[in-house]
Amino acid sequence: MATPTPELRHQVIRIYKELLFLGREYPLGYEYYRPRLHKAFASQASLRDEEKIKQGIKRAEFVKKEIEALYYLKRYRTLRQRYDEMASA
Amino acid sequence: MTSLKILVPVKRVIDYAVKPRVNKTSTAIETANVKHSMNPFDELSIEEAVRLRERSLPVTDILAFTAGPAKSSDVLRTALAMGADRGMHVVVDEKKGELEPLGVAKLLQKVVMEEERNVVILGKQSIDDDANQTGQMLAGLLNWPQATQASKVDIEDDTVTVTREVDGGVETLRAKLPIVITTDLRLNEPRYASLPNIMKAKKKPLVKKTMEEMGVDLGKRLQTVKVQEPPARKGGEKVEDVDGMIRKLKELGAL
Repeated sequence: MATPTPELRHQVIRIYKELLFLGREYPLGYEYYRPRLHKAFASQASLRDEEKIKQGIKRAEFVKKEIEALYYLKRYRTLRQRYDEMASA
Repeated sequence: MTSLKILVPVKRVIDYAVKPRVNKTSTAIETANVKHSMNPFDELSIEEAVRLRERSLPVTDILAFTAGPAKSSDVLRTALAMGADRGMHVVVDEKKGELEPLGVAKLLQKVVMEEERNVVILGKQSIDDDANQTGQMLAGLLNWPQATQASKVDIEDDTVTVTREVDGGVETLRAKLPIVITTDLRLNEPRYASLPNIMKAKKKPLVKKTMEEMGVDLGKRLQTVKVQEPPARKGGEKVEDVDGMIRKLKELGAL
């Protein structure tokens, strides 16, 4: 495959792997998560403009942060419900 | 300023999102083929230790410790990925059953002595047996001050200021190092152990020890009589009008 810069290609693969790793704990299941992630990346595969690829990577970083925040909040809320008497009263 | 040598004990427990099942003999919770992860309160302690360093306090070393079956190494790796410097794993034979809080406290006392720690940050309790005892027992054994259920920790020179949420307000404690601190849910927001950090953590030192090497008496003092599921919740009921509600309340003996 003729990609403009190997460096960008490397970055894309790295963020894809990180997102895949995050998906192992996705509440709706890895089976739900993986095809959607794959589709999201595949739909951008034809990008050749470096600026656009960089924007795509930024978006992926943003999604990664969002998923981490989702996991944190989900756990925090569950624990608060279980352990914080003030919250459940 | 005194350099901080922090010990953070962590425990591998059934994941918080898994619904626990009682085993057939009603003696324990089923742990085989169940997803496990680090006790959430212990994640808070690791995070706090790492944040103390990031606030450029003189943290020389963060030691993550665990005692448990071979698979407990996984949670140590997570701790290392979050920012601990090295790990120590005392391998416990799974067949011998759970360690009791007192046993763990004695193990920790030994580690504190051998590794010359001056701060221990523990989760206030583990989400499997919810004992909420280990930190307090450790402080007792060491004869150190303790600040339980911390929601804020400040260290200046060798003075530690801990804020804790109590009924109807906040309480501020001040003590000199060394100290035992246990964490409350609102202390901080633990970071996610990302893939690259987990990879890097594989290079960090992790020591394995056996119970015999530790030479601590871990005899059982507690006996679990029975483990039961909580009674199933009964569904609600709709009433037609106010009279119906009053009748229902009288039936239930609430009026």
